[in-house]
Order: sequence, then structure tokens, then C-alpha cells
Amino acid sequence: MAVRYLDSSRIVAPACWSRWLVPPAALSVHLAIGQAYAWSVFKKPLETSLGISGVASALPFTLGIVMLGLSAALFGTRVDRNGPRWAMFISMCCFCSGFLISALGVSIRQYWLVVLGYGVVGGIGLGIGYISPVSTLIRWFPDRPGLATGIAIMGFGGGALIASPWSASMLIAFGATGTHADPVGIAKAFGIHGIVYAVFMSMGWLLIRVPADNWRPAGWIPALQPAGGLISDGDVSARNAIRTPQFWLLWVVLCFNVTAGIGILERAAPIYSDFFPRGTGLAAAAAGFVAILSLANMLGRFVWSSTSDLLGRKNIYRMYLGVGALLYLAVTLTTNSNKVVFLVCCLLILSFYGAGFATVPAYLRDLFGTYQVGAIHGRLLTAWSVAGVLGPLIVNAIADSRIAAGVTGPGRYTPSFSIMIGLLVIGFLCNEFIRPVNRRFYEPVPERASGEVVSAP
Amino acid sequence: MSTPTGGSVATPRPFLTAVAWAWVIVPFGYGLYQLLIKIPALFGS
Repeated sequence: MAVRYLDSSRIVAPACWSRWLVPPAALSVHLAIGQAYAWSVFKKPLETSLGISGVASALPFTLGIVMLGLSAALFGTRVDRNGPRWAMFISMCCFCSGFLISALGVSIRQYWLVVLGYGVVGGIGLGIGYISPVSTLIRWFPDRPGLATGIAIMGFGGGALIASPWSASMLIAFGATGTHADPVGIAKAFGIHGIVYAVFMSMGWLLIRVPADNWRPAGWIPALQPAGGLISDGDVSARNAIRTPQFWLLWVVLCFNVTAGIGILERAAPIYSDFFPRGTGLAAAAAGFVAILSLANMLGRFVWSSTSDLLGRKNIYRMYLGVGALLYLAVTLTTNSNKVVFLVCCLLILSFYGAGFATVPAYLRDLFGTYQVGAIHGRLLTAWSVAGVLGPLIVNAIADSRIAAGVTGPGRYTPSFSIMIGLLVIGFLCNEFIRPVNRRFYEPVPERASGEVVSAP
Repeated sequence: MSTPTGGSVATPRPFLTAVAWAWVIVPFGYGLYQLLIKIPALFGS
């Protein structure tokens, strides 16, 4: 009975349903699971209270991101089949159980339970939650898919903004900071996170609706849409999509775009300190630099993804990759000679990084149709997992070796920036090679429904 | 829950829409404020 309640057949929207109720439902999930990027708040308290190393305290987050990619790829088809309410509910159960298991683990001083709870169980919640609203949003906003997915995926970037100060203030209130952090305080904080996020995410699965099969926005006529050469008029299954060159070209595009963004994001504070070491309040200025990059990352997801509805997906990726390479080149050449140029370049690079995530579901919709776009998106997110390892590896390995060689200032990072330029150029070329999907991959056309339902935009 | 039939036009649900957006915008605004107050230090000296 309860399982049936979650089925997509039970959440077909009535004609009076506004599609503008769908983005907040999606945001309530993405703003919650975006907490993952605020994990660093828990690192020091866990290290001091349980006596674990920095590597061990990072393990739940690392495992969580790996599980995000794996679960999105493995459960993507099931998410498309069972619908967004099922996916959001399962995501909530896994994500919040992860916190509760972690609370138990800290309270009984068994750190492996934190790794299992937050990293594995919570990580599955991250993956299912990340892809849960994507295909639904695309179906509700066929006229503006970039805008719709941009709003939701901006939420994932915004989740850390909420969680970081909230978690930090909770840990202070429970005496779980400093050299004598109280494990009970950390356990309490984990427990409260689990409960509060369960309530917050519930709005998502209670409110989410899918449009009727024959629904379309008022005034929108598919045949009159600007016919970009890449936009398919058929649907491709997830199984067939991974057999197309388009999928793998886009996989490389996403992987290298993310890797390039992580190049700055991974070591933002040290990069700023090494580029502009003079002046008082360096730590506060570096923190301000990290904050402004987070803002660019978040706004880029919304602004550029929405712009892609006007410019076309291929053109916007030309900008992310081509202009991104030029911006990296500008930073490499000007180094610290002009702070304004440095800041503008870094902000744009980070905005393109976030936008790459937000625009890709609409690009997939253009290429493969809406049939299993959630599942295809899930499989594509393995590129994120690879980039999550590749980006930090390149930047940290080069920076550490340069520091060991006694190099100071921007010279610590310019070699890795040059590699990022190369990766972006390769990504640019891959984007150029993307052509419309061959019709032999299309699914058989279903019988057309007779009635058509029109809704206010 | 009924499946729509042909020719219907959506009627807005202003209260539900306002509550749903407030549910996500209020915590988001808190996070954004916490972030914005860190930025002036970048241009401080």
C-alpha cells in the first residue's frame, strides 16, 4: 500500500496543478543533499574526539561522492521507472539514516559506523536524490529545460551554504569543538541533522507531481521550437544511449569541465594566499575568496543553464570550454600582476564549472529525448566521480612537488593551470564532434494520445 | 487524484506556491547571508 503511494501513477498532476510547484519540491531535496560539501565542518571535531587522522576523517565524504556516482548510474533506470516520489523518498531515507547511523557510531566510539552510515548509506541517498527530479523537471519545462534543471542543480551548490554555518553553530552549542570536542555533542549534531533534513526533504516527495502524458505548457508548440540540429525528435533508452558516440563525447566534456573547475576550487584559499601574500587579514581575505567562488559556482548553475535555452546547448558548452581555456590562459600569463583580472577570471571559471553540471541534463534531453533522461544522466555522472579524483590529484601533486622544490608564489600553480587549458581544449574538440544521434538508436514511436492538456506557464 | 482531460487550463495555487517557495528560500537566504558577509574581507586591504 505504502509502496503504491510512492508510484508515479499516483502523482499525475491534475489540470489545475502549477508547474512552478515542481522546482521548490526539487530544491528541497537538492538543498538537503548539498550538505555533503559542508562535511569539512565535522572533520576537526571527529579527529580530536575520536583520535583519527585527517585522511580517515575525509573518508565518509570521499566515499559519499563515489557512492553518488555509482548509485546514480546503478539506480537511474529504476528512478525513471518508479518516478520522482519514490526516488525522493528513498533518497530521504538513505541520506537521513546515514546521519542517524553516524550519530550511533560516534556515541559508541565506533568510527566505522560513521564511514558506513554517512559514506555508504548516505552516499546512495546523494546519488538517487541528485537525479530524482531531473526528468520530471524536463517534462514540466519542455520549453525551458535549462532553466528548470539549473534551479534544481543550483540547490545542490546552495546546500553547503546552509549547512556550513548551521552545522558549525550546532557543534559549538554542543561543546563539540576545540581540542576537547565532546563525542556526545557530535552525535547529537548528527542526530539533529538526520531529523531536520527528513522533515525538510519530506516537502519534496509530498509535493512532487508528474505531468500527464499529453500535457504541454500554454502557448508552446513543439513543432515551432527553434530546430537546433542536435535536438532529437525521438527517444533513446539508457541502454542504447551508452552505445552512442554522443554519450561518450559528452562524458569527456563533463569530466574535463569539472576537472578544470576543481583545479581552482580544490585549493582556493592557498591559491589566493600564494598569489597575493601581502596585506593584513590574509586569512579573512582568502576566506572571502572561497566565499565569492562558491557564489559564482552557484549562480553560474542558474544563469548559464538558463541562457542555454536561448543560445543552444552546443554553443553554451563552446563558451564553458573555449572561454574557460582562455581565462585559464589569462591567469597563467598575468599571474598576480592584476588582482581584478585574477578575480574576474576565477569567478567566470567557477561559474562555468557549476554551469557544466546544470546544463548537462538539458543537453542529454536534446540528444536522447525525455524517455530515460534521468537514467542516462545517472550514467553520465560517473564522469563527475572520475573528475573528483583527477582534478585534486593533478593540482595537489603538482603544487606539492613545486613547494618541495622551493617554488613560491603563482609558480606553484601555473603548470597545473596549463594542464587545465589542455583538458578544456580537448573537451572543446569533443563538443565540436557531437552530432545528432542516429535514428537507429530511437525507441519505437508509441501511439499518440488524443487529448491535449494545456497549462498556464 | 484525477488525470486531466482535454482543454483544461491551470488555475494558480498562490498560497501553496508561496509556502513551497518560502520553505526553500528562507534557509537558502540564511546561507547566502552567511556567505556574503565574508566577501568584504576580500577587498579589505
